[in-house]
Amino acid sequence: MEKVIGNKTINVNEEGYLTDFSQWDKEVAAELAKEKNIELTDGHWMVIDYLQEKYKNEEALSIRGIKKSGKFNIKEFYNLFPGGPLKISTLIAGIPKPKSCI
Amino acid sequence: MKNLVILGAGTSGTMMANHLIHKLDKEQWKITIIDQYKTHYYQPGFLFLPFDLYKTKDVKKKGKKYIPKGARYINQKIDRIIADENLVKLEHETVPYDILIVATGTKIAPQETPGMKEDNWHKNIFDFYTYEGSKGLRDKLREWKGGKLIVHITEMPIKCPVAPLEFAFLADSYFTNKGMRDKVEITYVTPLEGAFTKPKATAALHHLLEEKGIKEVTDFDIERVDFKNNKIVDYGEREVDYDLLVTIPTNLGDEMIERSGLGDDMNFVPTNKATLQSKAHENIFAIGDATNLPASKAGSVAHFEAEILTENIMRFINNEPLKEEFDGHANCFIETGHGKALLIDFNYTHEPVEGTFPFPGLGPLKLLKESRMNHMGKLAFRWIYWNMLIKGTHIPFVSATMSESGKKYDTVEN
Repeated sequence: MEKVIGNKTINVNEEGYLTDFSQWDKEVAAELAKEKNIELTDGHWMVIDYLQEKYKNEEALSIRGIKKSGKFNIKEFYNLFPGGPLKISTLIAGIPKPKSCI
Repeated sequence: MKNLVILGAGTSGTMMANHLIHKLDKEQWKITIIDQYKTHYYQPGFLFLPFDLYKTKDVKKKGKKYIPKGARYINQKIDRIIADENLVKLEHETVPYDILIVATGTKIAPQETPGMKEDNWHKNIFDFYTYEGSKGLRDKLREWKGGKLIVHITEMPIKCPVAPLEFAFLADSYFTNKGMRDKVEITYVTPLEGAFTKPKATAALHHLLEEKGIKEVTDFDIERVDFKNNKIVDYGEREVDYDLLVTIPTNLGDEMIERSGLGDDMNFVPTNKATLQSKAHENIFAIGDATNLPASKAGSVAHFEAEILTENIMRFINNEPLKEEFDGHANCFIETGHGKALLIDFNYTHEPVEGTFPFPGLGPLKLLKESRMNHMGKLAFRWIYWNMLIKGTHIPFVSATMSESGKKYDTVEN
């Protein structure tokens, strides 16, 4: 479905995740974050860059993987994206919601 | 003489030995199966043991009884696979192979979560994925006076993802029968968004949890067990109190896989999901819980895999292209307590479906619906397991790939 955000139209699925990554840019991210009551800081951008990098390399995302990467501390990750950090951060990063393995 | 070596004599390994003994030319091939333990456990029974529904003798048998006579059975610890030299190094000898099947399964790793395997492990913190844990929990429940019971999943993937739910349902039933349900608060704590990994089944199961008065805490990624104050804490500092914690710890592949350098970061073997050939070596295959397949880690899955892997081993030997046939088919009974059960049937791409099983339109088993007949099916399964499944006998009317007739199904998106 289409969604108007800021001055852009994006395509999202029923859970609000972008279906076309090429429509993502920093403004879109900032607007999506605003809807979750998050003001993006350097810390947030670091996470977003990391997630997008993983996505481009087709690597699965998990809390364990993030912990092992040593890139950032999981507590910090929770503070940045309260409530469900992987779900919320991937939504803002414009990539699909991680599928929890069976 | 050529060597086919199977590592692990659990459900998958034993099934493969029994399948292949009838297929391989005895003049040319020798089958060796290696496991450090002499006991074969009926792991689905670990769910029933804590509630005194099964006795210990129902869940353990001598492994040797189920290994085919023509195969060599070695009880030794496996040190490592030396894949570049086609050798398996054991405690006391080294075994060469032409074809290797890895069936070393998965096991719990409570040490991965701080505070879990400390002073209170197997005191008021239990697993039920090991014989010791399951039996210890039985003894605990026999004398427990009630309080807060948490049924908890640490992280995915886990063996038999429906088992913790079944545990919660059976606990409801158990305490009701003991006349003390009002003294027990049951809470189901999961890192997932809901009760199960597939949305269709989650909706049905959520309804059942509600009906049985079991509370749900979702999206809970545990950071530590505060065993001194009896609470579990997630990374977001959410806390849930318990008097009795029944947890499914992190599941990892065997450490031998790590020592051999053949695993991913959870020691599961990267495996082609349709052919079951390992990605790193063409003469190494993997089956069951030991693989990294995006399918359930469950005996039924291993059973379906075994039929396809047997075919592919024969094709590999004859230099024919492998069949890309495995579809992730799983078929699981879910005990819902009070003498009833659900049955679910799904694969890589299809959600658990409604309908009937195994005969389209007739059943007698109903998919995704609670019934007594399903419960009878689950109980009958123990007999099928020891007498047909691990012996590699084809179970009539149940095919390795999922049948779509007689079922209502939705395709999974993305």
